[in-house]
Amino acid sequence: MTLDEARKILQAEVIVGSQLQDINVDVGCGADLMSDVLAFAKTGALLLTGLTNLQVVRTGEMANIVGICFVRGKRPPQETIELARENALPLLATELRMFESCGRLYRNGLRGCSERTG
Amino acid sequence: MSSRKDIKVNPGAKTTKTQEMVYEMKVCDVMTTDVITVQAKDRMSSLRDLFRKNRISGVPVLDGERPVGLVSLEDFIKWLADKQDDCPTEEKMTGEVVYVYQDEPLVLAISSFERSGLGRFPVIDGDTGRLVGILTKGDVIEGLLKKLEIDYQDKETRSDRPRPLFTDLEADDKTLTFQYAVKGHDLKQAGTSSSRLKRTLSRLGMHPDVVRRVVIASYEAEMNLVIFTEGGNIRTRIREGEVLVQVEDSGPGIFDVKKALEPGYSTAPDWVRKLGFGAGMGLVNIRKCADRFDIWSRPGRGTVLKATFFTDEDSYETGRLGKYARSGSGISHGKPQKRGDRRLCKRPA
Repeated sequence: MTLDEARKILQAEVIVGSQLQDINVDVGCGADLMSDVLAFAKTGALLLTGLTNLQVVRTGEMANIVGICFVRGKRPPQETIELARENALPLLATELRMFESCGRLYRNGLRGCSERTG
Repeated sequence: MSSRKDIKVNPGAKTTKTQEMVYEMKVCDVMTTDVITVQAKDRMSSLRDLFRKNRISGVPVLDGERPVGLVSLEDFIKWLADKQDDCPTEEKMTGEVVYVYQDEPLVLAISSFERSGLGRFPVIDGDTGRLVGILTKGDVIEGLLKKLEIDYQDKETRSDRPRPLFTDLEADDKTLTFQYAVKGHDLKQAGTSSSRLKRTLSRLGMHPDVVRRVVIASYEAEMNLVIFTEGGNIRTRIREGEVLVQVEDSGPGIFDVKKALEPGYSTAPDWVRKLGFGAGMGLVNIRKCADRFDIWSRPGRGTVLKATFFTDEDSYETGRLGKYARSGSGISHGKPQKRGDRRLCKRPA
């Protein structure tokens, strides 16, 4: 699905990257632990997280994440937004909780990162 | 992406041959093994001849075989000047001595010279606690010169070989090295080195999967430097077929490396967990990403981590499959090394 389709499913707002909404999202990953994202996320994943600091964007950059959606109504600080802009990494924000967010995306056909990646 | 600043390879970031050697060599490669010692119960007066005959300026004090201190020429002169009783050396020695381990990477010992301002370190075996040598700045310089000579001769001989190997030699010379300094406790900057590394590797045309593995490992290591240390260096050496990432710091060291490599084992404080790290997955992730993994650490001495990544499609495949078999535990933890390294511990005659 495209990032824009995911955004609609999550009723999310775009914080960074409104021009990047036609990016293809291959898989989804939900985690608040960045080491887990680094260990288990796949290239091309959309990351759902409740964490909003700089390290989320850095992690996204290293793990080839194509977009980040903050859950539970969290809004990132300015420095996170700026770094995401610099890296052309789209940021979304939804009021939904983590479980609902993942559930909705999965129901609509987005797969998980269950295969081991490296 | 175009808004990013262009990465420039800073000439200062290039590493010299000598720098590379201090990362590869160990203390035991250069130390003096023939150490003159005194016993803790020996009298101070016995030092007079010892210092004069051997032209040394300090001597380790042993209790049996266990090192307990160091008496310097200065200590001796002070004792003479104060006209004190002929007491045992243990009463006048400096008890708080900085030791180095024989299997410790030379780079850490060199930074100890810089930090402490001391002229010599007793070298001990991490397992037995026994004194095995002494290391002075002179030993380091002599060791490096010898090694340079050996390397030089090595190359000379190799260039005599027939043509097929000659291409190997050329490939061997195609080495790119980058170094990034990482500041400790600087959360804003955490990750910038790995970010720069990622851009550099991508620009060199490396396969995205390899780049991803390298930078995930380097980022985890960078976070460790930021979280646990006062700072350190990430050195990356790119050669035909492989990328080597070496991450080094000079403190505080890992208390139990074996445990630190268990998934979920963490000594990180709460503020680290708030960043999404510190859940005891860092080293585990690095090992998982790398084709070869090695870590040396000692409390109070620092940590040197080496992760190698194969970049060829072929070795990339076999590397992934066979990595656990080949890399062993990957733990040094100050213990005598596997076969290959032990060989290095013998001083060239």
